[in-house]
Amino acid sequence: MSRLAAFGRFWWDFVVGDDWVVAFGLVVALALTGLVAHDDVDAWWLLPLAVVGLLVFSLRRATTDRRAPR
Amino acid sequence: MTVAFLFLAAFLASAVEMVEALTIVLAVGITRGWRSTLIGVGAAALTLAVIVAALGPALTLVPIDALRLVVGGLLLAFGLQWLRKAILRAAGYVPLHDEAGIYERERADAEQAGHVHRAGLDWYSFTLSFKGVLLEGLEVAFIVITFAADRGGSVAISASAAAAALLVVAVTGVLVRGPLSRVPENLLKFCVGLLLITFGTFWGAEGAGVSWPGEDAALPVILGVYGVVSFGLVQLLRRERLVPAKT
Repeated sequence: MSRLAAFGRFWWDFVVGDDWVVAFGLVVALALTGLVAHDDVDAWWLLPLAVVGLLVFSLRRATTDRRAPR
Repeated sequence: MTVAFLFLAAFLASAVEMVEALTIVLAVGITRGWRSTLIGVGAAALTLAVIVAALGPALTLVPIDALRLVVGGLLLAFGLQWLRKAILRAAGYVPLHDEAGIYERERADAEQAGHVHRAGLDWYSFTLSFKGVLLEGLEVAFIVITFAADRGGSVAISASAAAAALLVVAVTGVLVRGPLSRVPENLLKFCVGLLLITFGTFWGAEGAGVSWPGEDAALPVILGVYGVVSFGLVQLLRRERLVPAKT
């Protein structure tokens, strides 16, 4: 069981990494892009916008606790 | 142009990971001898080659839109991890990767480890070099495989780029006989992260049913936008780090 757990943890770390919110956000963004595109709406802008948003969000989460206290 | 970007992404990603693997291999090889260490390296390289050779052609059988959607998502996940870490390091929130320090720690560990012989090999040297090369190379193998989403013989192109990077790093390592601590690793990781999220965005959106304005010509535009945003984020975070947070 512990080997199975270690195997699962390895793949989780490998694909998802340090911030699971980013991975979840990417899935949502891709699904949303698919939904909008299939309604014949130009959706090319949606994914880049989501990627930038997720990057900023993730960096904000990572840096908030690391700034020096006043 | 797509081919050039694919080659560049695979070459840089491979070079960065191979520099890290080289540090482990050199520390073990110099401390405990080369035979078992190099057999470990060869076994790991063979395993990686089998993974690429088996999965690469198999992916070409998957419907192109589904493949691009999944591959795009994976490249975005990998790329954002690389870019996030590179930005945090460039802004000073996370220490830079210290190859010289890692090399010294690995050498000290290798000196203290006991001598267990299995199958005629120094088992410590074999397993450490095997795991080091396999784990560092696994992400590169996946990146090379995901370029099957391009369907233009790109697995062969990216595999060639990875092999070229391996050769360059190995030859440099033999000449220098030490960790390649002067390689600008973080800058390379920053560039790889940008290239991966660019391809991830392009293929992921296409797989979801999007038509890009200008088709392939959209790639350098996406790369440019992400580059400017990421550079801006580094500058912003550097400034913020120097300003004490409110408590």
